[in-house]
Amino acid sequence: MHKLQIPIECQTLKNGLRVVVSPDRAAPVVTVGVYYNIGFRLEPRGRSGFAHLFEHMMFQGSENAGKMVHIRLINSSGGILNGSTRYDVTNYFQAVPSNALERVLWLEADRMRALHVDDENLRNQRDVVKEEVRMNVFNQPYGGFPWLDLPPIANRNWANAHNFYGDFSDLDAATLGDVQTFFKTYYSPNNAVLLILGDVEPEEGFALARRHFEPIPPGFPVPVVDVSEPPQTEERRGSVEEKFGTLPAMAIGYHAPARRTRDWCAAAMLDQALHGGRAGRIYRSLVLEKEIAVDTEGGIHYPLGDIFDCNGPIQMVTRILHKPEYSAEKTLAAFDRVIADVQEKPLGEAELDQVKVKFRSDFYSSLEGGLGGYVPRFGLMHYLACFTLFDNQPQLVNTILEDFERVTPQEAQSVARRYLRPENRAVVFRQLAAKSAEKLVESPVEKGSA
Amino acid sequence: MATEFSSPISPLTPALGPERPVVWPARHAAKLSCGLAVMMVEQHRVPKLTLQLLFRSGNSAVATSHPGLADMTASVVRTGTKARSGRQIEEELRRLGADLSTGAGADSSAISLGGLSEFSQQQLELLADLAWHANFPAEEFERERRNALEAVRIERTTAGFLAGERLRKTLFGAHPYAVVAPSEAQVESYRREQLIDFYHAHYTPENAVLIAVGDFSAPALLAQMEAAFRDWPGGQPPWQPEAAPPKLQGRRVQLVHLPGSVQTQILLGNHAITRNHPDWLRLTLANSIYGGAFHSRLVANIREQKGYTYSPRSSAHALRRLGYFSVSAAVRNEVVAATLTEIFYELDRMRDQPVGKEELDDALAYLSGVFSLGIATQDGVAGQLATLLLNELPDNYLETYRHKICALTAEDVLDAARKYFDSANAQIVVVGDAAQITAQAATFGEVETYDAQGTRLV
Repeated sequence: MHKLQIPIECQTLKNGLRVVVSPDRAAPVVTVGVYYNIGFRLEPRGRSGFAHLFEHMMFQGSENAGKMVHIRLINSSGGILNGSTRYDVTNYFQAVPSNALERVLWLEADRMRALHVDDENLRNQRDVVKEEVRMNVFNQPYGGFPWLDLPPIANRNWANAHNFYGDFSDLDAATLGDVQTFFKTYYSPNNAVLLILGDVEPEEGFALARRHFEPIPPGFPVPVVDVSEPPQTEERRGSVEEKFGTLPAMAIGYHAPARRTRDWCAAAMLDQALHGGRAGRIYRSLVLEKEIAVDTEGGIHYPLGDIFDCNGPIQMVTRILHKPEYSAEKTLAAFDRVIADVQEKPLGEAELDQVKVKFRSDFYSSLEGGLGGYVPRFGLMHYLACFTLFDNQPQLVNTILEDFERVTPQEAQSVARRYLRPENRAVVFRQLAAKSAEKLVESPVEKGSA
Repeated sequence: MATEFSSPISPLTPALGPERPVVWPARHAAKLSCGLAVMMVEQHRVPKLTLQLLFRSGNSAVATSHPGLADMTASVVRTGTKARSGRQIEEELRRLGADLSTGAGADSSAISLGGLSEFSQQQLELLADLAWHANFPAEEFERERRNALEAVRIERTTAGFLAGERLRKTLFGAHPYAVVAPSEAQVESYRREQLIDFYHAHYTPENAVLIAVGDFSAPALLAQMEAAFRDWPGGQPPWQPEAAPPKLQGRRVQLVHLPGSVQTQILLGNHAITRNHPDWLRLTLANSIYGGAFHSRLVANIREQKGYTYSPRSSAHALRRLGYFSVSAAVRNEVVAATLTEIFYELDRMRDQPVGKEELDDALAYLSGVFSLGIATQDGVAGQLATLLLNELPDNYLETYRHKICALTAEDVLDAARKYFDSANAQIVVVGDAAQITAQAATFGEVETYDAQGTRLV
């Protein structure tokens, strides 16, 4: 097997900021990311959607770079920038010609040290975020399905169960005081990792990081929030009305094994056997052979991420769009047959070997992936950040595949039996608006997200 | 750059260091004995390679007789060959660590394969099999057609799709580019034999280019390509004469009624140019300043200042034979008229006043820098090569792009804006709930209202 040997060097600054440098001088471009160990799971109660709204505020100005200046300075250096909010991290990143490296670090340090925003900025970005939600959720067929639909049905801990994009009333309630408190609580150097990848010598990268970031005082230790889920004892179901789409849909989510355990590795192989493309058992059975579904997709942490970039309770999700002539029960029964197969019989050696090859290949693709080609090493940056924040071991990028190569058919079968049980899952139905009066769900229906 | 809206630049801002030269990837061009042109770029960061087999025939080649047939053909290509069943193809892909995608746009059809470089030979053999020996199994065709029918139904509930479909119809009239997707009835009318005919006429070596980017040695890969594609037969496909697009006079306002919409998709556009046109880079620059970048005037105005939208954007679209310019934003229903007013205000400002030096310099640096980011990943390089080859751009296009961009002036921007930001003849499309937005749309002209299927309502 090919051995990855990506150069990785790390240092921790006096204020607790971890710095990871991965040099590759082939092209004169450098990618810089700052990842904070805060995602929408940890946003304050009564402030659903706040972590994401806050991400927008980080582009509204800092002490030495007022509104639009950060954006302008990156673009006019020949670079691009963006940010995103996930369960357990919020990231800010830019790719620039390498002669702009110091400028980027200065800008990122300035907003880590002194966010400088006002009520007008908050009003403005609240409006922008509402249009983002309308575009991606309310005005879109299958909008938010299933990433917003499943968590409230699957989970009982508010951290995992609330509306991550935010109820509009909560967005309206957010104040500048909330912004400052959130910033002070979570956006400290000791709760972050800085990543510099590409055209840089490690010593130069560390020296620049020290110059610009070390003067930032450390924050208080970040409060520990319990994100664990109480044990589940019976299947959970819910439904959400589909306003635009023309096909009924459902999503099934099983609680997945904890990060960095043997079960987690086995679950990843099982996931690939079930959801890996058109050879995956679910697509093959439901779409290609039985022709019940028009499309199926899925995975652990689907559709927002994968097994590597989350650090808490997460589901293995399957999303099914099925033909209207098949009932929801019949579709679910066909899905259950696929699950029963992997519980009753271990994966064949040949299938498991294929799955491992594909998993390895997908991992390489993730490392090389550049968000559509314009953020070189985005994927490598993302994994380095997660392995640093969650495991304190960025070097895992080079070695973690070995854990998956060792999975046996018996381990995968055992995980299928212990995790893919009805009492460990949630099912959410997207019912077509005109038909929502019909009773498609037999089991007790719990309250869904609307 | 919205300098009028940006805060001042602090004197503490670190200056840019000396620029390191951009080295463009070495390209290896060759022609196989069957007539297939190939282009290879080695990149060894991860042990993978990407293969793209592109055919210069897409949906526009059949738009007047069978809209969408090229896409349907591409979908069914992967479902079986003389030697492999659909299931065998999918399992082989997994064994090679590969992903396959097949599809067609307006101008081209593609079979793309990316997998582990240790299996390059097997991937080339599979690619050749798909390009040459697909046998369109009847059952698989029926299944894919039904699934395409469902996809077409869902598409027509999506505001962004409906806006694009209506704009293209308006801009291109009887020209094949007017059709972006088939109707349900058109999908139902496809016959297996039509797919086979298209495949034999258009999936030919003379009509294709093969792009390879990744972890391989070019001479060794070339030998594998030659072995895989030797004796692949076929010549140039027939060329169908195309109707001219209509001449557009004055603004036109069309509303696509999507009941229950809580937001309005605005899209407007006008005729522009292709990538081969001498003005292409001027238009690229003007577009970047207007609404093609995060720091552009449109984003600063209707997003960062007014908060009307999350997603404002302008684009210069180059199809192979015609081009168009468009502006889009999804906005809350109350501000449809206000947004259109700002869109036109900013268009007219681009046409009336030359950009300042600072704003120009920022935009030149942006375009030239971002261009070099695009060649630092396998995907980015493959995309650039596809653009180059499908548009018959000159061989030195990559090497000269930045130099040509940096030579542009404020006069060039003004000239491009006056020619291609045709605000007086803009074709305006709004997709939303008619009851909520008709009155606002009517302030820009008489409103024609359509349903999602394209039937005129009012």
